[in-house]
Amino acid sequence: MRYLPKSPAEREAMLAEIGAASIDDLFAVIPAEHRLKHDLNVPRAHAESEIIDYFRAAGTKNATDYASFLGAGAYRHYRPVIIDSLIQRGEFLTSYTPYQAEISQGTLQAIFEFQTMIAELTGMDVANASMYDGSTGAAEAVMMAVRVTGRHKAVVASTVHPEYREVLATYAKHQGLPTALIGYDAETGRLDLAALEAKVTEETAAVLVQSPNFFGVIEDIPAIAAIAHAKRALLIVSIAEAISLGVVRPPVEADIVSMEAQSFGVALSYGGPFCGVIAAKEQFVRQMPGRLVGQTVDSTGYRGFVLTLSTREQHIRREKATSNICTNQALVALMATIFLSVYGKEGIRELAEHNLAKANYAAQTLSAQPGAKLLFKGAPRFHEFVLQTEEAPAAWSQRLLDNKIVGGIDLSRWYPELQNCTLWCATEIVTRANIDTAAKVLAAWPVEAL
Amino acid sequence: MTTDAMIPARATTGKVRSHQTQNEALLFEKSSPGKRAYKLPPLDVPAVDAATLLGTVHRTTPGELPELSEIEIIRHFTRLSTWNYAIDLGMYPLGSCTMKYNPRVNELVARIEGLAEAHPYRPDSLAQGILEVIDNLQRCLLEITGMDAITLQPAAGAHGEFTGILLVRAWHESQGNPRKKILIPDSAHGTNPATAAICGYTVENLKSNSEGGIDLEALTRQVDEETAALMLTNPSTIGVFESQIAKIAEILHAKGALLYMDGANMNALVGKARPGDFGVDVMHLNLHKTFSTPHGGGGPGSGPVACKAFLEPFLPIPVLVRNPQTLGAPSFPRSSAERVGDHEPQPAMQLGWSYNRPNSVGRVRAFYGNVGMFIRALAYILANGPDGLRQTTEDAVLNANYIRAKLEDIYELPYKTASMHEVVFSDKLQAARGVKTGEIAKRLIDYGFHPYTVSFPMIVHGALMIEPTESESLEELDLFIAAMRAISREVEETPELVKTAPHSTRVSKLDEVQAARKPILRWKRTT
Repeated sequence: MRYLPKSPAEREAMLAEIGAASIDDLFAVIPAEHRLKHDLNVPRAHAESEIIDYFRAAGTKNATDYASFLGAGAYRHYRPVIIDSLIQRGEFLTSYTPYQAEISQGTLQAIFEFQTMIAELTGMDVANASMYDGSTGAAEAVMMAVRVTGRHKAVVASTVHPEYREVLATYAKHQGLPTALIGYDAETGRLDLAALEAKVTEETAAVLVQSPNFFGVIEDIPAIAAIAHAKRALLIVSIAEAISLGVVRPPVEADIVSMEAQSFGVALSYGGPFCGVIAAKEQFVRQMPGRLVGQTVDSTGYRGFVLTLSTREQHIRREKATSNICTNQALVALMATIFLSVYGKEGIRELAEHNLAKANYAAQTLSAQPGAKLLFKGAPRFHEFVLQTEEAPAAWSQRLLDNKIVGGIDLSRWYPELQNCTLWCATEIVTRANIDTAAKVLAAWPVEAL
Repeated sequence: MTTDAMIPARATTGKVRSHQTQNEALLFEKSSPGKRAYKLPPLDVPAVDAATLLGTVHRTTPGELPELSEIEIIRHFTRLSTWNYAIDLGMYPLGSCTMKYNPRVNELVARIEGLAEAHPYRPDSLAQGILEVIDNLQRCLLEITGMDAITLQPAAGAHGEFTGILLVRAWHESQGNPRKKILIPDSAHGTNPATAAICGYTVENLKSNSEGGIDLEALTRQVDEETAALMLTNPSTIGVFESQIAKIAEILHAKGALLYMDGANMNALVGKARPGDFGVDVMHLNLHKTFSTPHGGGGPGSGPVACKAFLEPFLPIPVLVRNPQTLGAPSFPRSSAERVGDHEPQPAMQLGWSYNRPNSVGRVRAFYGNVGMFIRALAYILANGPDGLRQTTEDAVLNANYIRAKLEDIYELPYKTASMHEVVFSDKLQAARGVKTGEIAKRLIDYGFHPYTVSFPMIVHGALMIEPTESESLEELDLFIAAMRAISREVEETPELVKTAPHSTRVSKLDEVQAARKPILRWKRTT
């Protein structure tokens, strides 16, 4: 076995040192009736070349040459080459959680830089070292608000990503944490502020909204914050499309921001690994879940970094910890840090503006086709939009697939009232040609004419 | 080993020699306006005026991101990387963390375009390749654990525990009573009690017996009709197989309670014994431990949960099914005659996701889990095959026992029970000289090794928890043993040298008290 660095003679010599007659002696502690009597029924050992062939075949079977307008919480952006060059350095890839600070300064400083960048972008004071993803991050943020306020109810916008809401429901179920759902304004696609005002009470721990929301619409965060804060509830803003922060005003009125940082240089990879992160106002830092890196000095006064405030965490506090999270998404956070270094202060804005332009063109072009209509025109959007068609999406999406285009995702799957409505996303990767072709196919022009 | 021999720059112990590392400021301190590391292609659609389009939601103050060129970014992160210890540099004997070799082919195949670029909402018809990978991994893991059904959705071990205990809870609820408490041995990982609390259970501590295992009498006394489950790590955190496991399961089951197995130490069992064969009802695996996916400085992980058939209806949504047209079909098409993998005929049915699961505990994560880790884990299983997996387990156990045999004369072994994949000593003999486990661990750094796990499990006072994994050669093990023996001598002769370690690192001991008292969690411009 090519990963095992021992010769048969070495194994024998080691057994002799131990005083065991055979390797089976070392497993004698397992009762005979529980020892496996057969070879595992898994594929035979493969050569490296065969492994690559197997996965290449799987990749090909997946189909690669489609243009895609899919977004909805997973966004395809260009990934600068140096991300993979750097994160594949063994010192980053094959190191553990930086508990031993003296020999983990590389990971620790990089996380400190990540925390800084996230705080800068979100307008929060502090950010943690990462969460699993945006969905679990949002659920953890609500639990954090419960600890901060001592209240046990949450109010959630229906325009938060439906799968994030499902995850929150799973987490909330056994914590005695009822959640009320707030609808959206049919004209703007924004949270229904009147309904919100009616539902937020002195018992509300947190209001959870997403911006840009699931329809791509940017919420009126100051107005939502005013309603939440009037009842001393915390405002949590979930951000599923982190690139938006290059051009969209950060939710500075929020108390907690839960962000999915996948857009910062992380491959789609069929939905994971992604990179959640929680940022917050400084006064809430001791109720934050997850790891935090802090700056300090060594015995000679030289600057260094350590994991800090760990008395919040499970390995110290056990059942009284702020969360059970242990492993996080450190390497993915490093990808995001490198991505943000590449684009920098100006690049993130320019990139966000390109996304804005592509989506604006796509929304105008697609909605100009006969039988198509742009919904939620009354509010600003980032790079996603909702298209309503007279024709059922199942029909035209097959036509698009025949033309190697994956169109928008059917919203009626989560919002039964939005029949024939689809959510489209146009990032900087989508070309004008992709958009123009999609528009033609959508308009049901004869395929021959294309 | 004398003080003098360790401190001069040219001193060597056989494994290490000091060398220079470069200083490197924070990204923000290196930034200068106008520097660029990117160039966007020309915009092929009309440009828009963001301020006009966005109005009041337009961002007017940019975030303080650094402005740098590409070479500076490469050097920055490369220099930072040289400040890290890593498996690629040497033995990383962190007990319980299983720091084994991370094969590079895994990294290559996870980046194959058709897999890495797949959007989670693409139609199932365009995702058959990745779904087959997921299906194959599921079936391999079921075979390895001897369980009946599985979900790969949990993002890490603790998330898997959460999912597993939700299954337990859902099943008890279906029996009419969710029950109130979870029993957890005092040797358990901290994630276990934290998980039980999140699932709405109270935690009841189970005291270990004199051998560090489950005390059957105490267990019998404590299990009652309000006990939902026992969360048991097997082999335990002291690296010992619970030989009474069948009896433990019997005691629990007699009262209607379930046996949850924390699979953090599954690398001691693969190919040798299967939890499904010794009474476990539900368990999680850590793909980043047993199945070689990289730890990456703290993540990402992946924590699949495998269970017996009676818990299958409660698995998180969605579950992978072989024919999307028959929603609700079992997610584990396997029979003992069927061989998993590339020799079977092509399935006639398409793979797809089923959401129609009325008894499901719900969703624990958006999409389907850390799929990139599934690819790596399957690549690892393919590289090994049945013989390689078994040999891997045997070598891991051989290495731990070798270290035990070579060090037990100078480090106290609190539990004499046979070790599996890790060995736990205590610092009793060294502490008598005023040197504690944490200090010995720091001194190991000067000898070129990452420390072992310190002060865990908590049932061993002053624990040194050593897990070599199968990835260490005899040469590396002997160097480690020599280092541990040298440190033991230093404790006798020059204890201050050990207590003030490490002496060879870029930074000396960092002030953690100051870091916590006045937290500085981000850089800020000082003008």
